[in-house]
Amino acid sequence: MTEILEVLLRVVGVLAAFLLLPLLVGQTEHKVMAHMQGRVGPMYAGGFHGFAQLVADGVKFAQKEDVLPARADRAVFRLAPAVALVPYLVALAFVPLAPGLVGVDVDAGLLVVLAVMGVGVLGALMGGWASGNKYALLGGLRTAAQLMAYELPFVLTAASVAMAAGTLSLPGIVEAWQPWWLLWQGLGAGVFFVAGLAELQRPPFDMPVADSEIIFGAFTEYTGLRFAFFLLAEYAGIVLLCALTAVLFLGGWHGPVEDALGWLWTLLKTLALAVLVIWLRVAYPRLREDQLQRLAWQWLVPLALVQLGLTGVVALA
Amino acid sequence: MARLGLAQGLATTFRRLTRRAVTAQYPDVKPALPARSRGVIALTEENCTVCMLCARECPDWCIYIDSHKEELPPATEGGRPRSRNVLDRFAIDFSLCMYCSICIDVCPFDALHWSPEFEYAELDIRDLVHERDRLREWMWTVPPPAPVDSGAGPPPELTSARPADAEAAGPTGARAARTRTARAGAARRAQADSTQPDAVPPAEPGAAG
Repeated sequence: MTEILEVLLRVVGVLAAFLLLPLLVGQTEHKVMAHMQGRVGPMYAGGFHGFAQLVADGVKFAQKEDVLPARADRAVFRLAPAVALVPYLVALAFVPLAPGLVGVDVDAGLLVVLAVMGVGVLGALMGGWASGNKYALLGGLRTAAQLMAYELPFVLTAASVAMAAGTLSLPGIVEAWQPWWLLWQGLGAGVFFVAGLAELQRPPFDMPVADSEIIFGAFTEYTGLRFAFFLLAEYAGIVLLCALTAVLFLGGWHGPVEDALGWLWTLLKTLALAVLVIWLRVAYPRLREDQLQRLAWQWLVPLALVQLGLTGVVALA
Repeated sequence: MARLGLAQGLATTFRRLTRRAVTAQYPDVKPALPARSRGVIALTEENCTVCMLCARECPDWCIYIDSHKEELPPATEGGRPRSRNVLDRFAIDFSLCMYCSICIDVCPFDALHWSPEFEYAELDIRDLVHERDRLREWMWTVPPPAPVDSGAGPPPELTSARPADAEAAGPTGARAARTRTARAGAARRAQADSTQPDAVPPAEPGAAG
């Protein structure tokens, strides 16, 4: 009985985090981006500095007509938002906040999370293919190309930190983490973060949804709640990427008073990285498609390999 | 070089983040409009003599004036009865008005003024024809004239209304007198040997011509 209750509690906790954290990141993006651009952002919804803007957006999306293009592949078109969204929910369950505070503790947590995150990108690819729209198809293909290019450095750097810790378990990696790893794995952290950003198609890597060229890429034909799911998936992806970076490279719950405040340190590191994601979006223009590919193959992959070699040498020494 | 540019980009956006936003909270905070803002045309209908100058000068003919004549009994016994124009309708179609200010400039009796009020949008373009009562209401929002710049001469409104003796007091005063009224007064004053300036009545605008 207590076991069932515990599982239920963990599931509810993960679900709550999955529903709340992306909204928090979204609202932070609204306000931080606005102030970085000399604006104030939403000010009315909810009364105090527009804190309920995303709730209002959700209500708006729920009211919109659910358009299904005549030439769409109906089943795939309908399924795509779920394919984009659910993997992030699943992956979030494996990220530990503090010792013992994790949705599901498995030995190969890192492997599961990386595999599931790759599935999330398939949602955009499915949507782009099923929309029956040339812009959506172009966006979907760009998504696929980006996924192929950036998955490699992403996984290589994650492998590097797993090698350093000698385990694939996420809580195990955090346990093994030492502050000097910031230097040792710093290069890998940068590559991991940038490659993750590119996989999420966040600016400056948002070529697949470049609105000035191909409208909104794979999401062109989506409206209402389905579109909202894609948006939510993007922000859930940010949360997951930032949480993963914090757990793998920034020491997760390690910090002052980590016995009592460990979960807070993980959350704070995640949020700080999320602000960095927003900051990068505001500061940098979009990379061209060829620049995107060149960055991946000429910089990130070699750097990831260098990091992997460095990790191997130091770990064996 | 490129790396420096990346850091500069981050620095610029961060510096912007630490400063106050430039956003004007318009519906909550009214904008500080400059003096002589052309918001809407207000009418002092008491000043209007239905001379029709504004309606005729209006480049897009957006001023509508209706009037009729009224006979006034003679002021003195056996005199001629005077007729007077009575304003029936004064309306401005703000869907046509291009805010050129010509009507306000040509009005000889200061019946039209600029008001800085600008919140009179309507859902139907036909509702933008505003009648005299609405135009009269806007008159209360007309600000007092802005002070003249330092170093500028006295405004012609003051020099033309100055009593005749002040103008004749010195050559500067006579030079300042520019309007027909003032010239006529000065000329008459010179003929009257300048003994009793107060006794000279102010000349009517139409008397000299």
